[in-house]
Amino acid sequence: MNIHEYQAKAILRNFGVPVPDGHVVYNSNLARDWARRLGDGPWAVKAQIHAGGRGKGGGVKIAKTADEVRQYAKDMFGMTLVTHQTGPEGKTVKRVLVENASNIADEFYISFLVDRATDRVTLMASAEGGMDIEEVAAKTPEKLFFEAIDPVVGLTAFQARKVAFKLGFAVPQVKQAVPLLMNLYKAFVESDCSLLEINPMILTAEGHLLCIDAKLNFDDNALFRHLRIRDLRDYDEEDPMEIEASQYDLSYIALDGNIGCMVNGAGLAMATMDIIKHTGGEPANFLDVGGGATIERVTEAFKIILSDSKVKGILVNIFGGIMKCDVIATGIIEAAKQVGVSIPLVVRLEGTNVEKGRKLLAESGLNIVSAEGMADAAEKIVKAVNG
Amino acid sequence: MSILIDKNTKVITQGITGATGLFHAQGARDYGTQMVGGVTPGKGGTSIDGFPIFNTVEDAVNETGATASVIYVPPVASADAIMEAVDAGIELVICITEGVPVLDMVKVQKYMEGRNCRLIGPNCPGVITPGECKIGIMPGYIHKPGPVGVVSRSGTLTYEAVWQLTTRDIGQTTCVGIGGDPVNGTSHLDVLKMFEADPATKAVIMIGEIGGDAEEQAAAYVRDHMTKPVAAFIAGATAPAGKRMGHAGAIISGGKGDAASKKAFLAECGISVADSPADMATALLKIWTP
Repeated sequence: MNIHEYQAKAILRNFGVPVPDGHVVYNSNLARDWARRLGDGPWAVKAQIHAGGRGKGGGVKIAKTADEVRQYAKDMFGMTLVTHQTGPEGKTVKRVLVENASNIADEFYISFLVDRATDRVTLMASAEGGMDIEEVAAKTPEKLFFEAIDPVVGLTAFQARKVAFKLGFAVPQVKQAVPLLMNLYKAFVESDCSLLEINPMILTAEGHLLCIDAKLNFDDNALFRHLRIRDLRDYDEEDPMEIEASQYDLSYIALDGNIGCMVNGAGLAMATMDIIKHTGGEPANFLDVGGGATIERVTEAFKIILSDSKVKGILVNIFGGIMKCDVIATGIIEAAKQVGVSIPLVVRLEGTNVEKGRKLLAESGLNIVSAEGMADAAEKIVKAVNG
Repeated sequence: MSILIDKNTKVITQGITGATGLFHAQGARDYGTQMVGGVTPGKGGTSIDGFPIFNTVEDAVNETGATASVIYVPPVASADAIMEAVDAGIELVICITEGVPVLDMVKVQKYMEGRNCRLIGPNCPGVITPGECKIGIMPGYIHKPGPVGVVSRSGTLTYEAVWQLTTRDIGQTTCVGIGGDPVNGTSHLDVLKMFEADPATKAVIMIGEIGGDAEEQAAAYVRDHMTKPVAAFIAGATAPAGKRMGHAGAIISGGKGDAASKKAFLAECGISVADSPADMATALLKIWTP
């Protein structure tokens, strides 16, 4: 799960991490009022959407007067911000963060994430702050520093010092950096983050370290023990169909093609998308219906797939496993009847009682094409859709 | 021969009184697995459907001599269940549970350091040595004994590969589902090393996914050390960057872990890579004759 920058900063502030004073607002008059309350300016006015690269799209402005704050906020509310992370459709700005701006002397990059290779939370740092870190990693990997963290002792002071010296800090800044980094690690672990990224952390002209941007992603599987964080979820930032699907424990991701897919198991679901593409078609979605594949779940899955108007045909690929194919076939037929599937439907079943299952599909009176094997299924649905 | 489990393996189920745990304990017993009991704290001394129940894994090990444990407890209690099994001296722990927090697994991995125990999973279908022992949620009947080892992150896609082999009358030594989470107990590489050391395994199918670089590490081992032919499929060629494809580990991030680069590297390492998931068995048969 992702949250907004202002929410991330509030969490970090609670862990003793230095962040600018600021406030989120929902209209431009409040933006002006809050600017006055925060101080004498200048202020940063920042559009709050779940995507990076906001500055280039006009989503970050520096205002010298409170009236300028109001004007910038007014321009931002309702605007569709397109960045390299939003996709071409962009995202509508509904919240704006007003905060005190700083005199930036230098910029740094700091992040924490779980490294699969070491099974450790790892601190990643670079003096190339404010830049696209993927570019730094690709072009100048020697400018990135890593510290793998022992989960029992946590980030140690010596590790934090090592990183601080590598970043080129003078002694007063090293003394600030050590508790700052240790508090960031504490925030990461105690909030079950999957990513904590500060880009940039700045050195102000006055010599202070300050985190002026913050991105926190959380492990969905751990949200059960972070109810306050779970409440920060902003449904406006998510695909409505993905939200709908998640309510039925279906894992759904919309794509651009026209062949809807319903599959049991994430690996097989990915493979089904792949074989559609391999056969010359374009998958409209990823959908893992799960192990159960009951009538209720199949019905909901059909509804979600069909709510995408681009879908011109559906491929159902179920490897029976524990459930018998005749039971699954009955479920598919019932669901197709209830939902009223009128576009081509190709069903590939495998597993116990597969012959019974295919017979049921053939005798259903519905426009269902039965397929044998994944290759056959992909060919049949691509032919049905592409002609 | 086989790897990890065989007909002599004694297994207990942690979480045996839950609906899922009991269902699959029964399925394992029906397959011929020596399912010797289960653990549910507070229900020790009773039994369920003929399985004796113990309060702790330690009790279960002492009474039954079990060396393997399979875990079906809810995600919130999974890390604790794994560590309890490790502490009780269980040699093979298989955690089926999906949805275990990643930082819990980071702690578990640290806890397991230096101990004589192998963890498979979490979020995995389990392990089966056809005709001898089934531990997990896979349907037993699709497998048959034979010479091919199968290792995969995913469940149903493994069944697909196994089925392609079985319908061509080619059996399997052992099939291992290592799970789809970013931090898990056993990697593709670990399993390939075991298959290489197992005399009964003559060839291997490895099924990977987008995300991370575990498949690349395994492929480098194939290139440098493996004497047996390996075929592979990588799922997720059509997955967009930054979107999590069901499995927590299956995500292309930071420009790394996409299917095309994985496939290319595997092929460079001498692995026969299937472009289509329908061709996993045929990719193996291109480089190996049973």
